Amino acid sequence: MKNGAGKIVVVGAGPAGMAAARTAADAGAEVTMVDSEPEAGGQYLRGRARFDHPGVTHLKNTEAWLVEDNTLHLRGPAQLRFDALIIATGAYDRPLPFPGWDGPGVITAGAAQALAKQGVTLAERVIVTGTGPFLLPVATALRDLGATLVGVYEASSPTRWLREAKAITANRHKIAELASYRKVLPHLETRTAVIAKHGDRITVAKLDRHWRPVSHRTEHADLVCVGYGFLPRTDLVPDAQRTNDFLDVDEHQRTSVENVYAAGEVTGIGGADLAEAEGVIAGAAAAHQEPPREAVEAVRRGRLFAGALARAHEVQPGWQTWLNQDTTVCRCEKVTLGNLTGATSMRELKLTSRVAMGRCQGRICARNAAELTGVPFDGQRRVIAVPIPLGELAALPEEKS
Amino acid sequence: MHPDVVVMGAGIIGAACAQALKARGLDVLVVDRHGPASGTSAAGEGNVLVSDKEPGPELELAVVSRTLWPELAEDAEWEEKGGLVVATTPDAAEPLNAFAAKQRAAGVDACELTAAEALQQEPHLNPEITAAVHYLQDAQLNPVKATRTLLRGIRITRAEVSTTDGRSVTTKDGVISCGAVVNATGPWARSFGVNVLPRRGVVLVTTPIPGTIRHKVYDADYVGAVASGDADLQTSGVVESTQAGTVLIGSSRQRKGFDDTIESKVLKALARKAITLFPMLSGVPVMRAYGGFRPYAPDHLPIIGEDPRTPGLWHATGHEGAGVGLAPATGALLADLLTGAAPLLDPHPFRVDRPEVLV
Ligand SMILES: Cc1cc2nc3c(=O)[nH]c(=O)nc-3n(C[C@H](O)[C@H](O)[C@H](O)COP(=O)(O)OP(=O)(O)OC[C@H]3O[C@@H](n4cnc5c(N)ncnc54)[C@H](O)[C@@H]3O)c2cc1C
Ligand SMILES: Cc1cc2nc3c(=O)[nH]c(=O)nc-3n(C[C@H](O)[C@H](O)[C@H](O)COP(=O)(O)OP(=O)(O)OC[C@H]3O[C@@H](n4cnc5c(N)ncnc54)[C@H](O)[C@@H]3O)c2cc1C
Repeated sequence: MKNGAGKIVVVGAGPAGMAAARTAADAGAEVTMVDSEPEAGGQYLRGRARFDHPGVTHLKNTEAWLVEDNTLHLRGPAQLRFDALIIATGAYDRPLPFPGWDGPGVITAGAAQALAKQGVTLAERVIVTGTGPFLLPVATALRDLGATLVGVYEASSPTRWLREAKAITANRHKIAELASYRKVLPHLETRTAVIAKHGDRITVAKLDRHWRPVSHRTEHADLVCVGYGFLPRTDLVPDAQRTNDFLDVDEHQRTSVENVYAAGEVTGIGGADLAEAEGVIAGAAAAHQEPPREAVEAVRRGRLFAGALARAHEVQPGWQTWLNQDTTVCRCEKVTLGNLTGATSMRELKLTSRVAMGRCQGRICARNAAELTGVPFDGQRRVIAVPIPLGELAALPEEKS
Repeated sequence: MHPDVVVMGAGIIGAACAQALKARGLDVLVVDRHGPASGTSAAGEGNVLVSDKEPGPELELAVVSRTLWPELAEDAEWEEKGGLVVATTPDAAEPLNAFAAKQRAAGVDACELTAAEALQQEPHLNPEITAAVHYLQDAQLNPVKATRTLLRGIRITRAEVSTTDGRSVTTKDGVISCGAVVNATGPWARSFGVNVLPRRGVVLVTTPIPGTIRHKVYDADYVGAVASGDADLQTSGVVESTQAGTVLIGSSRQRKGFDDTIESKVLKALARKAITLFPMLSGVPVMRAYGGFRPYAPDHLPIIGEDPRTPGLWHATGHEGAGVGLAPATGALLADLLTGAAPLLDPHPFRVDRPEVLV
């Protein structure tokens, strides 16, 4: 152990994980950064980040699936022992269901962006629908690939931002970012959403402030990209305290679980720069150093923005009126709205309707099913973060390392 | 509000008691702190087994339950799939056959198979097995749906009971007075005066492989693990499919209070034993693991009867790993005793004043 900083393991090589790994290594820790992807960068910077830092071992193409005391279990199987663990696993987009969302030609905005980055041409006529500023870079990427943008639909009203003067003043650079999306801004329509899709016929509605449709029209498109905010990937720490499913952290990015820190979108959605600043703090704190003042200041500003973002783009209950009784809620198990029986707990709802019991384990549908039935959303307590063949479990070491 | 009986706990046992009391004309109120089937009853595989019980009072309770379930389990995915118990070592063959012979003498439908016959029943079974017994009575249901079915038409209140004197229960919202109280709080039953402890169990769930595994198949060493009182981890191979095609893999037994963290050593042991039974499972992914706490009485028998120290307080708990299988007969027996009717089977072995039970 150098300088008492110890062994630090970082899960996730996005902006938060990379910053945490660098900072911890610079503080003298022995750092391993694990990521399931072949390249560092995470959601946003993948393909553009080149990560190579002294003191950091980057394990690529490696999924982490269980935290057990001071051991992180990796696919293989393999184990990493740590003195401190930093969770920087990011978030994934939340789709909202509507008639036809489970058919071909509907993908999440994040998936669209990832494919666009690989240069995959997805479709000729494209719609981006959802809420939040992240719709704009997605639309831009699709347009740059030569797709015709039929529309970029923002369900919320822009006037909600007028209440957020403090957050805006502290984050002027975020507003400046908007300029880089000027090519898609003319296609932006607010208080608007795709509420049904039948083949290439898309029903586009104008919404009231609760997101209930007030009028609608038909557009034609072959691809609809959907993103209604994000859900954090918190599976590795099922017992950590959370608010609205995002991990709670203190001023040193510590979670409620001993020796486990969290940084980036697992703690809240505020963009890549906030994720990076949180990573710096987590990396420093995990290596027993005072976090740099600039990072603390950046996190303070970033959280103002994140709070404003969460309020201005909060999902409104009117989306529940877009569904019919036979609209699919859970794609894996083909559960429709009509199949969702009255239940008092998520567990009861799952076991009586099979919602959230399939391959995605509720990552896509559990939150929506909870809101549709009024059952309290119990967060996502999956104890195995990724599917693992039984043969691999059988090959685990006799006693934990 | 003055119900004849307040049932504390809306698990499968509380539901079966409430159903049986209502069927005898009593006015019943069920009180649960989290709602129907929110505890152990949502954590099990839902097997209704006779195969794992040796002749004695528990087997009698199981056999009566088995006859009552088909009518009660309407809309609860009832399936008479049958059980297949196999020996995986030469040493285990003889005890398995001897166990089955004793059960046959007690009226259980236990049919010895050759390895070839067993492979016909379960084509993916390990061909190295040394003995097999087919139990036609073993069945399965969905315990959450079954709980809800039993509770149909019965009033349920969501509240946590802090104390009871047998004539009332006290909750944060006030005192509910009644004629009698039934303690069906499962692994939490100790709060109301009986020695019930949690015994942890974990189940692995694979991605769907419909049609691959047809029966409940388990290793003969399971019976030994069930009967043991050891606090340390015990596992044995228990494998079966659900109607959705996923495969459920158990079973583990461990006494460590209400600690619900998942340990890799448990996952490892369960995976190894399942692969011993079905080698093809080695390549099948596990997509989740869940667990629960079996309500365990140290002498391994359910507790059904009135508390001699607190008249009016009745217990129906301690069913450990068989509460689903034993629920209907438990409800019927409790209701018979509480109403003064002739009990449908001998209640004495299940009485409350057993030395291991009174605390
Ligand atoms: C469509 C879209 C557009 C965006 N546009 C912008 C923008 O224009 N400007 C901006 O500031 N921000 C933008 N963002 C947000 C930006 O992507 C995030 O702020 C940033 O990526 C968050 O960083 P992070 O490090 O927290 O997580 P991520 O970047 O998501 O990184 C998490 C990493 O963890 C890995 N991982 C997760 N679980 C495991 C596991 N169990 N084992 C191993 N590895 C694992 C993942 O593979 C991933 O590489 C956009 C996001 C999306 C989805
Ligand atoms: C992994 C596993 C697999 C199993 N598989 C099987 C199987 O295949 N077949 C089988 O027959 N059995 C099986 N079992 C056992 C079976 O699940 C239990 O025996 C059965 O569920 C016990 O039911 P119960 O109603 O007594 O308890 P529970 O279902 O736990 O119900 C007790 C209820 O009491 C409530 N409660 C507790 N305290 C209070 C209070 N103070 N106030 C108000 N309410 C309160 C709780 O909220 C809970 O809902 C399994 C168990 C486990 C853990």
